Amino acid sequence: MNKISHPILSMAVSRVGLGLLSLLIVSLVIFFSVSLLPGSYASAILGQNATPEAVAAMEEKLGLNQPAIWRYFAWLGAAATGDLGTSFAGRPVMTVLGPRLLNTITLASITALIAVPLAIVLGIVCARFRGRFIDKFLSTSTLASISLPEFLVAYIVMMVFAVKLQWFPSMAGIRSSMDLGEQLYRMVLPILTLLLVILAHMVRNTRAAILSVMSSPYVEMARLQGESEGRVVMRQALPNAIGPIASVVALNLAYLISGVVVIEVVFVYPGVGQAMIDAVRNRDVPVIQACALIFAAAYIGFNLIADVISIISNPRLLHPR
Amino acid sequence: MSKLHHRQIDDLVTRLRRGQLSRREFLARSSALLAAGAVAGIPGAAPGQALEPKSGGLLRLGLHNASQNDSLDPGTWSTSWTGASFNGGVYNNLVEIMPDGSVAGDLAESWEVEPGAKVWHFKLRPGVTFHNGKDLDAEDVRQSLEHHMKPDSTSGARAIVQQIEKIDAPSADTVVITLTEGNADLPYLLSDYHLSIYPALQGGGIDMESASGTGSFTLESFEPGIATRLTRNPNYHKNNKPYLDEVEFINIVDSSARLNALLTGEVDFIQDLDIRNVPMVERSADFAVQRIPSLRHFTFDMDTRVAPFDNPDVRLALKYALDRSDVIDKVFLGEGTQGNDNPVAPIQKFYHEMPAREHSIDKAKEHLAKAGLNSVNVDLSVAENAFFGAIDAATLYQEHAARAGININIVREAADGYWENVWLKKPFCAVDYFGRATVDWLFSTSYTTGAPWNSGWSNARFDELHQLARAETDEAKRTAYYVEMQEILRDDGNIITVAFVDWRNAVANRVGFGEVGGLMPLDNMRMCERWWIKD
Repeated sequence: MNKISHPILSMAVSRVGLGLLSLLIVSLVIFFSVSLLPGSYASAILGQNATPEAVAAMEEKLGLNQPAIWRYFAWLGAAATGDLGTSFAGRPVMTVLGPRLLNTITLASITALIAVPLAIVLGIVCARFRGRFIDKFLSTSTLASISLPEFLVAYIVMMVFAVKLQWFPSMAGIRSSMDLGEQLYRMVLPILTLLLVILAHMVRNTRAAILSVMSSPYVEMARLQGESEGRVVMRQALPNAIGPIASVVALNLAYLISGVVVIEVVFVYPGVGQAMIDAVRNRDVPVIQACALIFAAAYIGFNLIADVISIISNPRLLHPR
Repeated sequence: MSKLHHRQIDDLVTRLRRGQLSRREFLARSSALLAAGAVAGIPGAAPGQALEPKSGGLLRLGLHNASQNDSLDPGTWSTSWTGASFNGGVYNNLVEIMPDGSVAGDLAESWEVEPGAKVWHFKLRPGVTFHNGKDLDAEDVRQSLEHHMKPDSTSGARAIVQQIEKIDAPSADTVVITLTEGNADLPYLLSDYHLSIYPALQGGGIDMESASGTGSFTLESFEPGIATRLTRNPNYHKNNKPYLDEVEFINIVDSSARLNALLTGEVDFIQDLDIRNVPMVERSADFAVQRIPSLRHFTFDMDTRVAPFDNPDVRLALKYALDRSDVIDKVFLGEGTQGNDNPVAPIQKFYHEMPAREHSIDKAKEHLAKAGLNSVNVDLSVAENAFFGAIDAATLYQEHAARAGININIVREAADGYWENVWLKKPFCAVDYFGRATVDWLFSTSYTTGAPWNSGWSNARFDELHQLARAETDEAKRTAYYVEMQEILRDDGNIITVAFVDWRNAVANRVGFGEVGGLMPLDNMRMCERWWIKD
């Protein structure tokens, strides 16, 4: 075991280093693309009170009259020490984003806890009963839900369960003052929508990964030895399909953290995606930067974990030819 | 009431809205119908209107412009969310704008103005306390106004308080405001939502931490960008007010989500109903569409320093060439009142009613000929966010104007950055104006020579009248000045007003309210203390 774990550790360390480099590049790109956007915080905030004088006073106060390169390095220096700075409105970025991030993580975790096991089981079932009714049914319905844009899925879910049946509230606007039961009750519809969106992707990929292993010679060999089809899937195919499955799961988990903006907006869920939209609209650069870092870190982190899992399940990957 | 009469009234209301009928004609014809004993209540008057307010209940409001940057610093407020929840709920101003558009004392009981409108004496209402029990005094008022006057102030009210030279507090219940030059509209300016009165701190400044105001409600919880909840202030200084026990402001950005929240009973009121959803709300028995005439207007602005807009006859030709009722029917689906190339709204004090600008190809041609032209080519800059339906409106305008030999080339600009890069920079562009509560304020923001939002227009007589009217406290003289100014703007000015639009909301029938003010959104930001729940 020692022989394996050591190279994995060093691989993980180098991946983390690359990840940090990616974060740096992301922050650079975001910072300068925001400064390319027309408009400024001052004119966005002042709206129809934005006389030239008021705009100038606000830009001076926020240091926006300094060169962009200087502002970037000032921000980077602080960020390196873990200080994400204060939003242009004067509140620490972590105070602005903290509760929102918590909401996003809660929604993502509950969805993932349901979606990941369910998707893998359904994927295995499809692979095991390939070509049968259950496989055809699941493949067609997941194809349909992949093809629908997520906002449409959200509106359909809302129309059926909130407007027509009235089982659940149309708004998932949870507040810190609500008890856990009510929060969960309000989160049902967004969770359901997210399940429909991500299940499809994961089920189809699980099925495809297992089926591609199923066509390899050693599976044929196992079958010739008389193993049952169920045992072939579970013992021979699944362990060897873990790599691809892990990467599709990682992709979907990262999506749950960073990509659910549309669903947040439709269900009025106070997550971090809405916070980023709000910040972009106001050109509130420190908050935009922090959001981008969080999202990029989620992608990099989950993909790193997926890579480690695939390498453990298939040590050959450690020694690329 | 008979169906026939109902339909006749509906028809009158529609024609009034579209500007095919003057107000006077409308009143004459509708009262004739009323006299025939036909109608109990005029349709179009909101069903929420009931005479007797009731106490108690929770009102939930679905608004859409909360931001995570919202704070209790009044200088940072820029939305109807902060205006209605903080200014209209937790705090008060010295004065308030009544639903009929007049200005009345709020924390100030009364005021007197010295001749020349430069020095103003405000007497504070006795017995007013902040939520923390502190008595209101003149120092609170002084510090609250000076908060916006600091040299490095980033307040949205900066342009207003710049007119103030100094503020004195000679006694605990008197505030004397001295202006740099006379302005007869000062009370209106003091109703601006930024100018909320906060408790002063020892040694200067105001207490923005404790959320302690004099308002009808205390702040129970505030989650920036998400929700604000208010609880009734039992010691409020107005009789019986507020009627509600609690008010909750809920931020719902997406207009479909807002409509769903109303239809599923999650909120009792939604702001800015999408015009495409109007029929859906009107069909329902539990909800009604609320249309409050406002100051907001959509225009095409011309830069008069640039040819051909420097020629007044070309400007008039462009004004005559636009068929406004066609645009209102097809683009705004009938929601809007025809503009008259006058930025002053019909609900505004000193509004001068002039015959509606007709759509006349002949007159457009006539004015082009006067300018020595057979035809003219212009570029019109628009974007989807310039105003609602701006691109479609420009397309219709292009067709109308082509008949008069005016070739409009529509330039589609990027929506992002439209206000920074196109407005006031391109010579002919579409604009969405929220208006200003007073005529003087409106003119000095956008129409006097060198005003910050003026696209190059300059008229010596207009500027002269503006100076005269500003310090004039004699209403009759002031009216005469403003009448002339509005005529100058219409005939010589740089804007083509397409339409004035309403604050269009949807409201559950269980919500009660009286006459609703439209100078500012949400009942002049005072819905918290003016509205009630009927059941």
